[in-house]
Amino acid sequence: MSQGVGVVGLYVRDQEEALQFYVEKLGFHVHTDARNGDYRWLTVQHPDQPSFQLGLFMPQPPVLDEATAQALREIVAKGAMPPLVLVVDDCRAAYERMRARGVEFTQEPVDRYGSVDAGFRDPSGNGWKMIEARRDAGRA
Amino acid sequence: MGDGALTRTPDRPLTGTERGSKQARERIGQPPELLRRLLRAKDRMDAASHEEWPVPRLARVSGVSEAHFARSFKEAFGVPPHRYLLTRRIERAKALLRDTDLPITEIAFQTGWNSLGTFGRTFRDVTGESPGELRAREKAAGHQLEPVPACFLSAAHRPDLKTAVLEKRRQDADGSMSGSQQMEVS
Repeated sequence: MSQGVGVVGLYVRDQEEALQFYVEKLGFHVHTDARNGDYRWLTVQHPDQPSFQLGLFMPQPPVLDEATAQALREIVAKGAMPPLVLVVDDCRAAYERMRARGVEFTQEPVDRYGSVDAGFRDPSGNGWKMIEARRDAGRA
Repeated sequence: MGDGALTRTPDRPLTGTERGSKQARERIGQPPELLRRLLRAKDRMDAASHEEWPVPRLARVSGVSEAHFARSFKEAFGVPPHRYLLTRRIERAKALLRDTDLPITEIAFQTGWNSLGTFGRTFRDVTGESPGELRAREKAAGHQLEPVPACFLSAAHRPDLKTAVLEKRRQDADGSMSGSQQMEVS
């Protein structure tokens, strides 16, 4: 596939902490880690999804003024950023594995509409739903 | 967070209200670390809204002193913790009324009420109809909801409770109720 969405970014409060979380606890790989002064372009990738990068960005000057950056840090910490969905083959197994690694779950796996979903947050406050892929993979 | 900095255009002067609230926010803005811990209390209520959530329990989850918890929570999320819990309970009750055939008594107990009477009264105060009426209306409508993940759908149906239930009831009844009841304090 040569066209489509390449990078979507999250705001995080600390890139080192976020990197550890997404790589060590969730099993993502680092795609790009480039620094320029205080600025760090950091993206990670799901091992099964080479065409997509998840950016882990700090809201910070000089890209944003300090007041705006602070407002964004507050919004993230309140869990008010838009929902994220991680699709997995086996929600309960992933839940056990991630919980053992110290992931903060907000919802245990629940059977719903023929699938299973759970909820967790990253250290910054970004909220994820983890949804088991339906076996009849006709629709997304 | 709906005011000021994020939405206003630069060529329009701030109104007095906007200027005031912007200053207020800059003066008393909460540290992100505190907000993240308060979010944990909110998450726990979301996960188990049928349980009792007295302030000491919530304060412990957040690592905040009991004295500061309720005020900090309200400042962060715009509603006092127990009103938030109430909206979650009503939201869940609505989902169960819509999606299951459970008896209303059972739904009341599953969503955290000890008495069917309190449940019915609170439900009507918040939503404007009784649990039975809502169920009948939803069944009649019978719409297709499936493509949206259930959790997000449920959030869209969360009651927007801007005033305390008691206040709402008082407004409806025009002062006929006694003001001393404390529904939100557990």
